[in-house]
Amino acid sequence: MKFDLSVLTDNLGAIADGFMVTLGTWLGGVALGLALGLLVAVLQLFGPRWLRAILRVYIEIIRSTPFLIQLFLLYYGGPALGITLDAIPAGLIGLGVYGSVYFAEIFRTGFNSIPPGQLEAAECLGLSRLQVIRRIQLPQMLVLILPALVNMVTILCKETPVLSIITVPELTLVLSGIGSQTFAFAEVLLALCLGYLALVEATSRVGQALERRAQRYLGTSPVKKTLQEDIA
Amino acid sequence: MSASRANDAIIEARGMGKRFGDNTVLADIDLRVHRSEVVCLIGPSGSGKSTLLRCLAFLERYDEGEVELEGELLGFERGRQGQRVAASNRRVRQVRRNVGMVFQQFNLWPHMTVLANVTEALKRVKRLSRTDADNRGRAMLDKVGLADKAAAYPAQLSGGQQQRVAIARALAMEPHIMLFDEPTSALDPELVGEVLQVMKQLAAEGMTMVVVTHEMGFAAQVADTVVFLDQGKVVARGSPSEVFRHAESPRLQQFLQNYLERNAFWDTLEESTTHA
Repeated sequence: MKFDLSVLTDNLGAIADGFMVTLGTWLGGVALGLALGLLVAVLQLFGPRWLRAILRVYIEIIRSTPFLIQLFLLYYGGPALGITLDAIPAGLIGLGVYGSVYFAEIFRTGFNSIPPGQLEAAECLGLSRLQVIRRIQLPQMLVLILPALVNMVTILCKETPVLSIITVPELTLVLSGIGSQTFAFAEVLLALCLGYLALVEATSRVGQALERRAQRYLGTSPVKKTLQEDIA
Repeated sequence: MSASRANDAIIEARGMGKRFGDNTVLADIDLRVHRSEVVCLIGPSGSGKSTLLRCLAFLERYDEGEVELEGELLGFERGRQGQRVAASNRRVRQVRRNVGMVFQQFNLWPHMTVLANVTEALKRVKRLSRTDADNRGRAMLDKVGLADKAAAYPAQLSGGQQQRVAIARALAMEPHIMLFDEPTSALDPELVGEVLQVMKQLAAEGMTMVVVTHEMGFAAQVADTVVFLDQGKVVARGSPSEVFRHAESPRLQQFLQNYLERNAFWDTLEESTTHA
């Protein structure tokens, strides 16, 4: 059998659609995961004791079960609990929940990295807990945890093929479908690898740019701007 | 306790106690600070003097007794049967609003400029406009002699300068009480003077101050009252001359003797050279 790229070019429209679904569920899952993770981390640090215990269990359950099984449970088991979701929203939510526990642990490390004295000073000046988080802790810790966050974002990108198992029409499902019909597996697998490579590479680039920006804020260079002005 | 007596004292601690687990770090502390009074807390490390100060800002929760700031109970509220109930964070902030705190490690926020450090709470807590906050911030920096450092970052300043910024940051909120927790202990000896100078100026302006310090010279010159703590208890208190020159407690005498030997070594040095 000959290596024939026409298998791909003939199906460019379908492949592009699949790529967009991958991009959408991935970025949506990342956004949801970051938001949930931050919430979980904040509540774990400052919430009431009973809530912290619940969140600890939540983290442990998600962390110690395979993503595939979680997706199955959400998509096929959900209706039994009255949660009926279409494939794409189910995939996005599943990815977000899965990512949230890892993001939460990264955020928790970040919060703990700020010297408590800085928080006491803020407290004595009358800043509320939310103001302390937003103004003192987040700007400083984001610089520190940025590499870990970017890393987790790329891991989530490479988890999106799992969504094909619950019929999300994303890149892997589309391309493996083409492969089964045409038996042109080499071409299809090459396209798959290149697709994910492009996404992860783009993420790394963005991450590096953000890190450079962040280091300018906190580095030793005298030419510095306040983070505060950017956030405000 | 009559209302008029309570009003005399701007800080009043009655029977205050603090434990860490089984370890009693403060026991039965009575402390009364009047407006414009400067109180220095001295004592060996582990004596509880920093914990006492931190209890006055409710950075540590005290377990027994009561602390009142300007007549308001700090950290707790009185329940219906007169029992102590933990106050909300909001209530704690409200009672503490007139307290400024200065720490041994400065605790500036490294990601903000000096001016932003000083104006942050003005903008977020006092809700001043940026212009008003910046103006007051600059005035405070001028007061501590650092007007030219407004745009610098904390890491670009010496320890002494950082501590003066921390003082300006606290002063910007117009506190009635300033608490200092070993403000010069983290500084190179050469830089201690500039911080003490700012504190002397504050005292001269009538600020009410409670200072935990190892600077006996500062305590002797500036304090109205010196309180000596040992093992979580007030062992001696009085005017600087009563505490330093007429120490009665053997523990205090020993503490002062130790201090003297460490700090006036040249006395012994001079003798040995004359003998030689």
